[in-house]
Amino acid sequence: MWRFADAVAGQGAVSVPDAHGHFGDYGGSYVSETLMTALQELTGQYQRWRHDPGFMAEFARDLKHYVGRPSPIYVAERLTEHVGGARILLKREDLNHTGAHKINNTVGQALLAKYAGKQRVIAETGAGQHGVASATVAARLGMKCVVYMGEVDIQRQSINVFRMRLLGAEVRSVDSGSKTLKDAMNEALRDWITNVDDTFYIIGTVAGPHPYPMLVRDFNSVVGREAREQMLSDHGCLPDALVACVGGGSNALGLFHAFVNDKDVDIYGVEAGGDGIESGQHAASLVGGRPGVLHGSKTYLLDNDDGQITETHSISAGLDYPGVGPEHAWLKDSGRASYVSVTDTETMTAFHQLTRLEGILPALESAHAIAYGMRLAATMRPDQTVLINLSGRGDKDVQTVATLEGIKL
Amino acid sequence: MNRIDHVFARAREQGRKLLIPYITAGDGGAGFSGQVLQALVAHGADIIELGMPFSDPMADGPVIQKACERALAAGMNLHGVLDLVRQFRRSDQRTPLVLMGYLNPIWRYGLQAFATDAATAGVDALLIVDAPPEESADIHAVLQPLDLHQIMLAAPTSSDQRLQLISGVAGGFVYYVALKGVTGAASLDGAAMAAPVARLRRYTSLPIAVGFGIKNAADAAAVAEHADAVVIGSALVQALAECQQQQVDAVAVVADFMGPLRAALDQYSKVTAAMS
Repeated sequence: MWRFADAVAGQGAVSVPDAHGHFGDYGGSYVSETLMTALQELTGQYQRWRHDPGFMAEFARDLKHYVGRPSPIYVAERLTEHVGGARILLKREDLNHTGAHKINNTVGQALLAKYAGKQRVIAETGAGQHGVASATVAARLGMKCVVYMGEVDIQRQSINVFRMRLLGAEVRSVDSGSKTLKDAMNEALRDWITNVDDTFYIIGTVAGPHPYPMLVRDFNSVVGREAREQMLSDHGCLPDALVACVGGGSNALGLFHAFVNDKDVDIYGVEAGGDGIESGQHAASLVGGRPGVLHGSKTYLLDNDDGQITETHSISAGLDYPGVGPEHAWLKDSGRASYVSVTDTETMTAFHQLTRLEGILPALESAHAIAYGMRLAATMRPDQTVLINLSGRGDKDVQTVATLEGIKL
Repeated sequence: MNRIDHVFARAREQGRKLLIPYITAGDGGAGFSGQVLQALVAHGADIIELGMPFSDPMADGPVIQKACERALAAGMNLHGVLDLVRQFRRSDQRTPLVLMGYLNPIWRYGLQAFATDAATAGVDALLIVDAPPEESADIHAVLQPLDLHQIMLAAPTSSDQRLQLISGVAGGFVYYVALKGVTGAASLDGAAMAAPVARLRRYTSLPIAVGFGIKNAADAAAVAEHADAVVIGSALVQALAECQQQQVDAVAVVADFMGPLRAALDQYSKVTAAMS
């Protein structure tokens, strides 16, 4: 069997990441010494528990009965007909408890926190989906939860802020830097440096220092494993292409991971093109950025010629991040996955089309994937299939959409 | 011989405890930083840590974050930092300079190019906060032939095994982070430094500087009882920020700030600062 890992290594099987968290040239643990012991302990614990039948059974039980898995694959017939190309299928992560794929990871990390005996969890959030998912699992396990969120994001995602507070979490506003997701992550790292003994940091995406990119990928990889089985059992074939939006990249890796060795399946990650790559107003690190070091790992990022991280722009708070998970950087350089971008305008069109044609209101993040998925499907034959990860539902974005379109609610 | 090694060797002979102030380069403008550097030496600095401003200083507290924001807004970058160093070296060939910052700006400049330019400008060491020993092999290989030290951090959370790893990479001195926290975090217990500094000495023969959470002369005195050097950053940066706002003479602020610290450290010297 052709194995991607072998092809990249040019020799025997390698596993990614390596023992120090490197995906080829990317990843690693570029953090202050204060965090190194905590990261190494977490790596050790995770390596032990991922092979522990009790831990894995508890995780599987939670995914089934609390998250509501498996999520269905839905054939978007009217959208397919509208596009007039390949058949469009949607992996319905929007139907999960709390409304997005984020809960898969937080359930997993909360279990790690529980097994590690930590009573306090912290999280960063952009759109608020990861914050809500973290507050949710913390409430369920009776843990104290602090969520860091940029001041700008608090404004544009007020519904999610209220949801977190209802769940008992403390939402701390971050007013440094660009006041968005990257600054929230800085602040969460600072909290962790300070409270490392009793605090578990639930990182919301496949970024950050080792072991987070691996661990978050693994907890989300249920999406792709399920999808692969569902495709084979319900549709009798694998999809010809996978499409998912990429901010940090957790829903995308969650879907892609199980298909990486299926060489006939094309993989597309869709970044936030904002006003267009050439405008400079975007959040497309892989398409418009270059390798550097941010938030503990070496990866593609957006910075100026002095190496200062630049402010990003996206209609969607969840994609408004200047870095990306290191495994995506590696998949890009190796050519196994293609990374593209769509603009805010294309995203809004797709948002309305999916809503009107299928009665599904997507998150603005996921609407990026819908937009590119439609564009791609139009270039393909009707006997082919495109599987899009519908990573979250759009209820949280209703206010944003109304404001953008000048509608007063 | 690297200036840092020289200064510590001389201090050991004299029984002198070293004072290492930190400022963020370009906070208040390049001209202001230039003045402050000279004033620091005049008022008892033995080594100076010059912060290279970064947009995302994840191990720094609010005081240094704001200093970075001001410096970047004033147009500071790594070229500007090296200009400051060159300017300083015109009048001071003796005081060691450590550049402290984060990896991405250095990477963008080019690690080899930056290290070469820094060495030529008169820099003695780099302290890269987000480069632990595991990620320092490339850096070490570039710095060593240039006689630039890599100052490594050791933390209360560092295991014995990690201390061994750190001492294998470290040059010049080891910077012991006194607190689990970011720079400028609350109250340090100086007396509690005895055990961790002793533990660190089991793994390194390099001098040990202690920093994070040292706010005043009393803290500095308590720490100097155990350490070879005391680093003071956020408290100084805060004083300089206030002096920018109120347009007070920076030299006077530095004199007021450094005086009591120097006196506190000199209690531990066999010979006084005045005789040295």
